[in-house]
Amino acid sequence: MLAEVQTDWWDSFVRALLLRDANTLWVVAGVLGLGIASGAVGSFLVLRRRALTADAVSHATLPGIAVAFMVMLGAGFSGKSLPGLLLGAFLAGLLSMVVLVLIRRTTHLKDDAAIGITLSVFFGVGICLLSFVQQLPTGNAAGLETFIFGKAATMLAADARMIGIASLVVVVMVVLFFKELGAICFDEGWAAARGWPVLALDFLLTGLVVLVTVLAIQSVGLVLAIALLIIPASTALLWSHRLPVVVLLSALLGGFGAWFGAMLSASIPRMPTGPVIVLACAVLFIASLVFGRRGIVQRWLSRRSLARRVDRQHLLRACWEIMEQDDVASVPLDRLIEWRSWSRRRVGVCLRRCTGRGLLELREGGAVRLTEAGRLRAGRIVRNHRLWEAYLIRHADIAPSHVDRDADAIEHVLDADLISSLEAVLGATAGSVPPSPHVMGGEGRP
Amino acid sequence: MTQKDPEQSEHVNEASGLGPEHSSGSPLSIHDLTVAYDRRPVLWDVDLDVPAGKLITIVGPNGAGKSTLLKAALGLIPSTSGRIRVFGKPMKQQRSEVAYVPQRESVDWQFPVSALDVVMMGRYGAVGWCRPVGRRHREQALAALDRVGLGDMAARQISQLSGGQQQRVFLARALAQDAQLYLMDEPLASVDAATEQAIIEVLRTLRTEGRTVVVVHHDLQTVEDYFDHVILLNMRVVASGPVSEVFTAEALRQTYGGQLTILSEASERLARSNDVGRS
Repeated sequence: MLAEVQTDWWDSFVRALLLRDANTLWVVAGVLGLGIASGAVGSFLVLRRRALTADAVSHATLPGIAVAFMVMLGAGFSGKSLPGLLLGAFLAGLLSMVVLVLIRRTTHLKDDAAIGITLSVFFGVGICLLSFVQQLPTGNAAGLETFIFGKAATMLAADARMIGIASLVVVVMVVLFFKELGAICFDEGWAAARGWPVLALDFLLTGLVVLVTVLAIQSVGLVLAIALLIIPASTALLWSHRLPVVVLLSALLGGFGAWFGAMLSASIPRMPTGPVIVLACAVLFIASLVFGRRGIVQRWLSRRSLARRVDRQHLLRACWEIMEQDDVASVPLDRLIEWRSWSRRRVGVCLRRCTGRGLLELREGGAVRLTEAGRLRAGRIVRNHRLWEAYLIRHADIAPSHVDRDADAIEHVLDADLISSLEAVLGATAGSVPPSPHVMGGEGRP
Repeated sequence: MTQKDPEQSEHVNEASGLGPEHSSGSPLSIHDLTVAYDRRPVLWDVDLDVPAGKLITIVGPNGAGKSTLLKAALGLIPSTSGRIRVFGKPMKQQRSEVAYVPQRESVDWQFPVSALDVVMMGRYGAVGWCRPVGRRHREQALAALDRVGLGDMAARQISQLSGGQQQRVFLARALAQDAQLYLMDEPLASVDAATEQAIIEVLRTLRTEGRTVVVVHHDLQTVEDYFDHVILLNMRVVASGPVSEVFTAEALRQTYGGQLTILSEASERLARSNDVGRS
C-alpha cells in the first residue's frame, strides 16, 4: 500500500520534472521567472533593511483580492479572473505602503510597530471579507483561499505567461537601475546630497516589491511570499561580498527554490506550494550558514588556524630564546615545557606540527633543534616581538616587566606594513634582532 | 558676516580654471537659515559666506548643529527658513560641483562592495543613469583611491578596512566626483595620527587646486594648524573669519561657555510649550 503511494508520488514527480504535461511546462516557466525576479529584487530589499515591509505588502493583498472578486461579480463578470484579482491585490499592496509611510511620518512609532499594525489590520480585514464573499449565494468563491498558502498547479498557461512577462520586466528594471539602487541602499544621505531622487528610487524599489509579491501570491501564497524575497538574498550574502554576485546568486537561488517547490507540490496531492518553496530555500540557507564562505565552518577553521599559528610562533620564539639564554645548539624538551609552562601534550602536538613544516627537528634524547628555515622564521618572530615590546615601553608607557604579555597579544597579527612603521619609529636596523628589554625566563617566571 | 578680503578675491582670479560661472558669488552662501527638529530649533538665523579656495572649519560644542548645518545646506533635512546659494546659484543646479563626505557611522560597512566600488559612486553622476561604469571612470576612481594612499586596497571589501581607511575611502569618493566645493562631516573623527596627516595633505592639495573645503571638526587644538578660516557655531554663528582674527579665547568662551545657555533654555521652553499645546 505504502509502496504504491510512493511509486505514484515518484511517477508524478518524474512526470513533472520531465515536463510531460503541457501545463507543467508553463507552471515551471512561470515560477522560475518569478523566483528569479524575487531573488533579484529581494537582495536590494534586504540591503535597504526593509525586509519586513514585504511581509506587510503580501498580507495586505488579501482584502484587495476579496474586493476585486466582489467588484468583478457585481460588474457581471466571473469573479475569478486572475488578472482582475491580481490588480486588486496590487492596489491593496500599494495602499498598505502608503499607510505605512503615513504612520511613519505622523507618529513616533518605530518601523516594526508600524509594519505590525499595517500587516495585521489589512490581513484581518481580508479574512473577514473572504468569509463574507464565500457565503455569497452567487459566484463560486471556493478556491480563493488557495491564495493564502499558494498552489502553483492552479496556474494556467495564460497565467504563467503573464507572470513570466511581468517577472522579465522586473528583472530588466533591476538591471537598468542596478547602480542607482545599490547606491541608495549603501548611502542614502550621500545619494541625496548628490541630487539623486532617492524618494523616486525608493518608490521604484517598493513598486517592484509589490509587483513581485502580487505575482507570487498565486503560486507561493501571501503568507509566505516574503520567503522568496528574503531567504535567497540572505543566502547569497553568506557567499559573496560583491554586489553583482550577490544579486545574481540570489536570483538563481530564488529560481531554484520556486521551481523545486512547484515540482514537489505538483507531485503530492493537497501539498501547498508555498511551504515547500520555503523549505527548499531554508535548506540552502542553513547549508550556507554552516558551509558558506562567510559561514560557521569557515570562521571556525580560520580561528583554529590563527590559534595554531600563534602556538607555533610561541614555540619557535621559546626555542630561540632558550638557545640565546643558555647558549646551546639544541633545546631539551623539559626546558621547553618549563619555559612556556604549557602541558606536555600541548607542547608535543605543537612540536609535531612544527616538525611537519620542517621548522624544527627532533634529536635523540628528547631535544629539539631549529632547522635552517626554522631559525630564519624564529629570528623574525623574536625580532617582531622585541620591536613591539620596545614600542610599548617607549610610547605606551608600559613597565618592562609587564611588556612581554602585552606584546604577546598583538604581535601575531602584525603585518609587514606595521612592522616597517615600527622600524621607522624605533630607528631599528633591518634584519637585526635587538636584545630583550626585560629579564628572560619564559612565561612561567615569577 | 560677509568677507571682504582683498587677498581672497585675488585668489579667485588666480584660479581661473574655475571658469567664469564660478567667479560670481561665494562657493557657499547661507542666508537666514533656521532648522528645527520636532519644533526645537537647532540652527537659528544662520548667515554665512564661505570664502573661495580656502580650508574652512566649523567648530562648536556637541549639539551645536554643525552636521545639521551641512545637511540643511545640502537639502538633506528640511529647513524652516533660509536660502542657500552655491557659487551664486541654487543648490539644485550645482549638485555636481558639491561633494559631500558624510560621517563614517552613517553607513553599514558590512555592505557587499569593495573600496573601489564605493569610490566609483563618485563617478556615477558623470556616468549617467542606467549605464554601467566604463573603463575611463573606473580608472579615475582608482586614481582617487591612489591619492588617499589606498591604491592597493581597491579590491578589499569595505568591512576589512580599518576605521581610518574607511574614512579615506569616503574622501576618495568625494575626490572622484571632481567638485569645486567639498563639505565634510567630521572626516578626522577617530582616525589615527597617520590617517589624519594623509587626509590633511589631500585637503591642502585641494586648496592649491583652488577648491573650497568646509570641514566639521571637533579638535580645537589643531584648528590653527590645519585651517585658514573658522566658523564658530552654537545654534547661531558666533563668529566667522580668518583663524588668526576670529579664533580667540573670548569667541571660544562665547561658543562653548555659558553665554548661550539662555538661547538654548529658550528653545527648550519653546519645545515644551509646543508639546503642551499639542496634547
